[in-house]
Amino acid sequence: MCTMIAHQVKLKGRGKSGPEWFEVREANVSYDHPYDLPLEHALNIDFVNEALGPGARVAVELSVEAARQLVKTIEAVLAQADQRGVLEDISVTAQPAARS
Amino acid sequence: MYQTDQYEGMIAETVSMRGHKGDMINAYVARPLGAGPFPGMVVIHHAPGWDEWYRECTRRFAHHGYAAISPNLYFRDGHGTPEDVGAKVRAAGGAPDERVLGDLDGANAWLRSLPYVGRKVGIFGTCSGGRQAFLAGCRLKGLDAVVDCWGGRVVQSKEELTPAQPVAPIDYTKDLSAPILGLFGNEDKSPTPEQVNQHESELKKHGKPYEFHRYDGAGHGFFYYDRPAYRQEQAVDGWKKVFAFLERTLR
Repeated sequence: MCTMIAHQVKLKGRGKSGPEWFEVREANVSYDHPYDLPLEHALNIDFVNEALGPGARVAVELSVEAARQLVKTIEAVLAQADQRGVLEDISVTAQPAARS
Repeated sequence: MYQTDQYEGMIAETVSMRGHKGDMINAYVARPLGAGPFPGMVVIHHAPGWDEWYRECTRRFAHHGYAAISPNLYFRDGHGTPEDVGAKVRAAGGAPDERVLGDLDGANAWLRSLPYVGRKVGIFGTCSGGRQAFLAGCRLKGLDAVVDCWGGRVVQSKEELTPAQPVAPIDYTKDLSAPILGLFGNEDKSPTPEQVNQHESELKKHGKPYEFHRYDGAGHGFFYYDRPAYRQEQAVDGWKKVFAFLERTLR
């Protein structure tokens, strides 16, 4: 892509692409050309499992404003859950690998 | 311009070809029917992938009388929809320059092996393909014309260099061995007008034959009719400039 600003984080989760769920092992976060959002550049998140091939992908393309709102919202939800003592903080790895 | 009473035919298909290090990769080829000789064109797909727009672009060159080949530069990254494969390469920071150059050299050799291809072969690319077209014009032998459409990151800061793209293409300008046509939008962020100025200065400095056209009211990717970046007037003029340049340099 033209900016080549991309980071990958290793994680554990599940994603749904079509009718089936699959194991998510990586999230690729980039600020580069989106495929469908009508902007030149966007904040793109691909939840993938590289071992399963390129088709194992749940894609989201966001404007900068939407991406910032999402980050704040995730933090707010986690803080609220923590405050209520319901966070289950187990077995999640996060190893940022900058590739920009 | 073709006439309404003239014969016209074309064949277009996917083929296999040898790319970097002799690897077999696939490519999309379109050529006019007939014995030729037709000038050759290597058509470099953009960063989003080896997609439908590039199939059409390859056929467009054939429609204008060129034998055109568009190698799948993401062949080694797996198969699936062009978007899924392109997203994988996007996450990896793009395809490695050396591998791309090997594939483009292979595409040129493939064209030159054909009895209906003439003595001259040009290269065309948009977006990352524009950058790679310029890089190929500097690093490869046997290219007779280069078309760089809004190639971003020809000018790169040290911080932007990666193991896959370790040298800024502008640093190879002295080695450019073919005339270059550049088309750019003045509202583009990659390359910015300032970066296009730098590129032009470097071409001047080394006495390279070049022709740059910069369009007001256009940004990045103004040929892409399926994206909001499309600019009808600028795109029509840009395509005219492309074919006028190729007629001059390849025929």
